[in-house]
Amino acid sequence: MSTVRKMPAPLPNPENQPYWDAAKEGKLLVKRCKDCGEFHFYPRAICPFCFSDQTEWVESKGTGSIYSYSVMRRGVPVPFAIAYVTLDEGITMLTNMADGTDLDGLSIGQKVKVAFKAAEDGSAVPVFTPA
Amino acid sequence: MSINGKAYIAGAFEHPTRLAPDKSVAQLHAEAARGAIADAGLSKNDIDGYFSAGDAPGLGGLAMVDYMGLKVRHIDSTETGGSSYLIHVAHAAQAIAAGKCNVALITLAGRPRSEGSSGTQPRAQNTATPDVGYEWPYGGATANMYGMCAMRHMHEYGTTAEQLAWIKVAASHHAQHNPHAMLREVVTVEDVVNSPVIADPLHRMDCCVVTDGGGALIVTRPEIAKSLKRPLVKVLGTGEAPKGQMGGKVDLTYSGARWAGPAAFAEAKVTPKDIQYVSIYDSFTITVLMQLEDLGFCAKGQGGHFVADGNLISGRGSLPFNTDGGGLCNNHPANRGGITKVIEAVRQLRGEAHPAVQVKDCRLALASGIGGLLGARHGAAALIMERE
Repeated sequence: MSTVRKMPAPLPNPENQPYWDAAKEGKLLVKRCKDCGEFHFYPRAICPFCFSDQTEWVESKGTGSIYSYSVMRRGVPVPFAIAYVTLDEGITMLTNMADGTDLDGLSIGQKVKVAFKAAEDGSAVPVFTPA
Repeated sequence: MSINGKAYIAGAFEHPTRLAPDKSVAQLHAEAARGAIADAGLSKNDIDGYFSAGDAPGLGGLAMVDYMGLKVRHIDSTETGGSSYLIHVAHAAQAIAAGKCNVALITLAGRPRSEGSSGTQPRAQNTATPDVGYEWPYGGATANMYGMCAMRHMHEYGTTAEQLAWIKVAASHHAQHNPHAMLREVVTVEDVVNSPVIADPLHRMDCCVVTDGGGALIVTRPEIAKSLKRPLVKVLGTGEAPKGQMGGKVDLTYSGARWAGPAAFAEAKVTPKDIQYVSIYDSFTITVLMQLEDLGFCAKGQGGHFVADGNLISGRGSLPFNTDGGGLCNNHPANRGGITKVIEAVRQLRGEAHPAVQVKDCRLALASGIGGLLGARHGAAALIMERE
């Protein structure tokens, strides 16, 4: 039996294709609004704060800390940790902890950095490991 | 315009089944509708408004109006997940006040138990859902998305697993008196915290049941309600509020009930202190804790202390809740608990709850719902009702 959770394909669409293209190159992109200056997540064409259409892709430093997490221990083939990670840019994204992370050693506030995991369709999906 | 006093809940029916492999979803909707119409003392041809949500099979309510042979002049398919049916009561009251219908029927039904649904599996998504790419790969299902809310609440406020367990314990004390409840055994705090962890920090007994079944409500104008033989349950105030990830400014410490509750209290012109009975959506124990805080029954962060030591048990605590056993023990048909929340509140206000859990002279009740995923995006709804 596999000890690694299979990651479903992210089902890209035209609006978020740049995010997935960058992920394949090992980059985590986020969006910032050129008008109000705010970062937001998940990335949108229209800023959810000021509704400007002048949003731009920016590469995140890929570092942050765990805002919350939960290890699914039953009802799934392989236990895994879902988490909200607050990036140093100040926005919080849903993610998983990377395969091989000590699931019993996680804590809120823990420093983490981005890594990438291959999904079933070959896409690279951002996950996080302890920094 | 306020809907305070503009509409009454004249009929309520909870389908007795919890496992229905031999029935269709449409059939369960119609059986629930029959029950509510009969409870009100009306007939099918009196219905001129129909309200349903995503559990109604087919295209919105169109399939169910056709299946049931209804002739309606008002139709509403507002969808906020499991809280939809509380919002339907509000929207029915608005439609009645505006003269758009006289007798509104609301139905919910589904068969997730027969179909093998689980709170550990993400629901199927399509590519047009805007968040799908950023969430679908990560396996966010109900159990772990609510688990993250509980984890953060514990971190910020020191809430404990034992305090959360008291919510399940209270529900089980009530469910023992409900012959239809899926789980009727009284459990202890130790039972809950010793049950297997599903998604940290939630144990199996922190999770609601998965059941087949359904329910239905009849909302009508005052003159019609007063012409019927049933006790009068008046709609006093309502509130609805979606809450999401706020563009990445995620805050899991509160729910949309922070906004829906005050709106309902203002319209009803009452305060949390006036409420004698509450139906609180209990997909998980943490869902109850956060709503109680956000509705103002206790201060933010004090929910753990508030629910401990049996404070939610009827006849024992200060705020009796979910006296049918709730979603935690009784019923969560279609993976949506909103309609059963309203139904048990109506029973309490009519004096028709089980005698062992009936709140004495219950005149003012509140139902609160959270639909969708508390940890991602959800719809909160609050509904205050008065026995006249």
